[in-house]
Amino acid sequence: MIDWPLVSVIIFLPFIGALIILFIKEDELTSINIKWAALLTTLGTFILSLILWLQFDYSNPSYQYEEKFRWFDDFNFFYHVGVDGISLFMILLSTFLTPLCILASWNNIKKRVKEYMLSFLFLETVMIGMFASIDILLFYIFFEAVLIPMYLIIGIWGGNRRIYASFKFFLYTLLGSVLMLIAIIVMYRNTSSMSIEFLQGNYFSYNTQLFLWLAFFASFAVKIPMWPFHTWLPDAHVEAPTAGSVILAGVLLKMGGYGFIRFSLGMLPEATEFFIPLIMTLSIVAIVYTSLVALAQTDIKKLIAYSSVAHMGIVTIGIFIVNQQGLEGAMMQMISHGLVSAALFLCVGVIYDRMHTREIEFYGGLVQRMPLYATVFMIFMLGSVGLPGTSGFIGEFLVIVGAFKYSSYVVIGAAFGIILSAVYMLYLYKRIIFGSITNNKLADILDINTREKIILIPLAISVILLGIFPNLFLDPMRLSLELIITNYEIANAK
Amino acid sequence: MLNNIYNIFFIPEIFLACSSFVCLLFGLFLKKNAFRQTSNLAVFVLLFTIFLVYNDSESNFANYKSLFSHSSFINFFKILALLGSIASIIISKDYFLGIKLKNFEIPVLFLFSTLGMMLMIASNNLMSMYLAIELQSLSLYVAAAIKRDSISSAESGVKYFILGALSSGILLYGFSLIYGFTGSMNFDDISFYLSKYDNLNLGLIFGLVFVMVGLAFKVSAVPFHMWTPDVYEGAPNSITGFFAIVPKIAAVALIYRFCLVPFENFYLEWSQIILFLSIASMFLGAIAAIAQSNIKRLLAYSSIGHIGYILIALVAANDDGIKAASIYMFSYMIMNIAIFAILLSLKVKNEYLINISDLKGLSKSNPIVSLSISIIMLSMAGIPPFIGFFGKFYVFIAAIEQELYVLSVLGVLASVISAFYYLRIIKIMYFDESKSEGIINFKISFQSKIILFLSLFLIICFIFYPSLLINISASLTI
Repeated sequence: MIDWPLVSVIIFLPFIGALIILFIKEDELTSINIKWAALLTTLGTFILSLILWLQFDYSNPSYQYEEKFRWFDDFNFFYHVGVDGISLFMILLSTFLTPLCILASWNNIKKRVKEYMLSFLFLETVMIGMFASIDILLFYIFFEAVLIPMYLIIGIWGGNRRIYASFKFFLYTLLGSVLMLIAIIVMYRNTSSMSIEFLQGNYFSYNTQLFLWLAFFASFAVKIPMWPFHTWLPDAHVEAPTAGSVILAGVLLKMGGYGFIRFSLGMLPEATEFFIPLIMTLSIVAIVYTSLVALAQTDIKKLIAYSSVAHMGIVTIGIFIVNQQGLEGAMMQMISHGLVSAALFLCVGVIYDRMHTREIEFYGGLVQRMPLYATVFMIFMLGSVGLPGTSGFIGEFLVIVGAFKYSSYVVIGAAFGIILSAVYMLYLYKRIIFGSITNNKLADILDINTREKIILIPLAISVILLGIFPNLFLDPMRLSLELIITNYEIANAK
Repeated sequence: MLNNIYNIFFIPEIFLACSSFVCLLFGLFLKKNAFRQTSNLAVFVLLFTIFLVYNDSESNFANYKSLFSHSSFINFFKILALLGSIASIIISKDYFLGIKLKNFEIPVLFLFSTLGMMLMIASNNLMSMYLAIELQSLSLYVAAAIKRDSISSAESGVKYFILGALSSGILLYGFSLIYGFTGSMNFDDISFYLSKYDNLNLGLIFGLVFVMVGLAFKVSAVPFHMWTPDVYEGAPNSITGFFAIVPKIAAVALIYRFCLVPFENFYLEWSQIILFLSIASMFLGAIAAIAQSNIKRLLAYSSIGHIGYILIALVAANDDGIKAASIYMFSYMIMNIAIFAILLSLKVKNEYLINISDLKGLSKSNPIVSLSISIIMLSMAGIPPFIGFFGKFYVFIAAIEQELYVLSVLGVLASVISAFYYLRIIKIMYFDESKSEGIINFKISFQSKIILFLSLFLIICFIFYPSLLINISASLTI
């Protein structure tokens, strides 16, 4: 197949781009060069990651494109990267969204363009690296390194309460992940291995598993986020610049779901079995509670932020019912949410750039002046609601099908949340798009320009593509997910 | 065997002692530029001492077996202390010239205290240990008060002296109890004597506790840390840099050797004390630093926190613990060298930087400097991919190897709290809008630039080839 280190190139290409940008001197004239350099780097990364997909062997459940080098001499730590069906789309999601983010910040980031692009490129490197790591220590290093650029993005280019939001984001997630560090070391001590591939199985005693599971839970539940650990999310989303919110909702939340599948399900099956009721309760509370909270929001970004928590609740249900439909649904829901919520934040960014407010009351009747905007916004809104034909439907449907095998109460909770999601999204759409323009300031608002079309149309296409041809995405991940389920069932059958 | 009398001058400590006197005379007889020339000479002396330590074989030290010991651990820490001294002499040179403090005695004092530290690290006998501690402390007392016309410098010197003398007294009392109950001053003899018993008698426990208190004072572990922030604050910045970088290395090596050589069989007795010191230091270091507005006080509390982590590795008391301590100490030294190299070159309105809030707007006027400070801060907070993370990582490996789960969890929690104040510095540089730009002035000499560049390089690039340091530290035996 491919005899050059494709995965490493994808991981480190943005980093090299960042190094190049570091040496471009920033002033009024050259800031455009910086933007172009960043855009080209990220586009190049995206194209390379498409090769990853095209050359992917669908019949192989384990890692492909593996690269392995000894990293530490004294312990079994390796620089070990590769891609399997689960991480493939996470990597694609990261590489797909980053160029869009850079385009989205083309005009509205005016101060410190250089640092901004550096942060984004570094962020892309660590995100891809995290999804591609097969060594847990490597995974951990990338997982925590994500905090650095994100802290800067929220803190420097964010809104009024950016400092509070950035500290909350950093410390909350750090608290979760340091506990994971302890768990990782305990795992290493018990097995002398840090390979994620090797540890997929059932290597720990029941009691150890319970503690390890809780430590991983602390980390991923904050990241994904689950109720009641979600309070950092609305702050971070609202204060972050548009592109920051896009990456936060599009990729960083998926790190939690990805971690749950890989670590909790894959490595700690018996403990997972024990904790399923807890997860289900928290997820249903999250779905219903945050949907209701979303209904009451007056800030568009905050509303979408709370809807993210609700959607992630569906993901955790899907993951922890541990069957084929559930897991596939959870993966689809993650990909779909990555696209849809990213697109919704970009849509909010479009009107925010023009009017500099995110208050729902300020808007109304946008369809009169911005018909094209109203159309794309509708596609994403419906994707978020889960209308058949959009990506959201596939994920929610599969999760609900899977959940029936577990318990119909869970289904009722999840379905109730889905209905609520239709309520708050349609209500939001009605308030800002429909009606006649009552606010005079909106009288000469312009419809989306070419740059915004370039950003939004690919997202709209992929949302519909995902809804119509789900197998395009489900086929590559199916065997990898089956492997995890088989391991899980063997471990719990004892 | 010592068959050639000339060889005696190539024992690193003897060489350093003689050369320190030479430096003193050299400075005395120079008419012009005495400070600068003596500093340069001191750097060369230290460099040659490193060479000697590196090539030092056991036979050279055989004659002093009862007083000093010889092992790879000792050599590693000696080299670390020497490197730290070299770096701090180089980075402080311009600062001293800038504040017109041109006493050539300063590098000589650094040399003498480094000599004391080398002897401390190597000491294998209660008496030599005490004398070595006194040699390094007396030099440091004078160094803290070297700016004679400044009240704060004199105050910090006196404070350091009084508390240091008190702790030395306590230490000495502990020594006398240990000597009284074991009948020996030599570490090996004490260890041999104690191996006959299953538990320590009351007198020895008292002795042990007193020595621990004295040593805790030297490493500034909570609750014996009170002198640290005040002395750091009062002393001239470059002296503070020396305090932060070098004596900690020696004191940590000493506390390791004292616990693991004569009292290695009485783990339970001393580990309780160290456990408490460790937890208290981590948390107090983390929480007290939050409220500081003075960068030197903040670094003082940060160093107290770091000592807490190093003591975790001591509680673990296994080979991984020794490895972790040496990696942590190395990273601690590198990070402190880097931050002080920057602080000693930053001027706000022609005054050297003291207040953290003066860093405001640094990211606009000196983007490279503020990026460096951010990297150092993140590294100190233990955020990967920087070197500070690996120090903490190895400490926790050692702790979990010994099944110290609660201690590890407390350790990581304290590290989250301490992340707050490190982030605060980044926040001040990057997030706060500054109205007055261009008042911060960064001027660094070529030599300090090299030191800064090297240490930043190590902080950032350690991740790419960790094995070099880790293999060395894995081979250390106490």
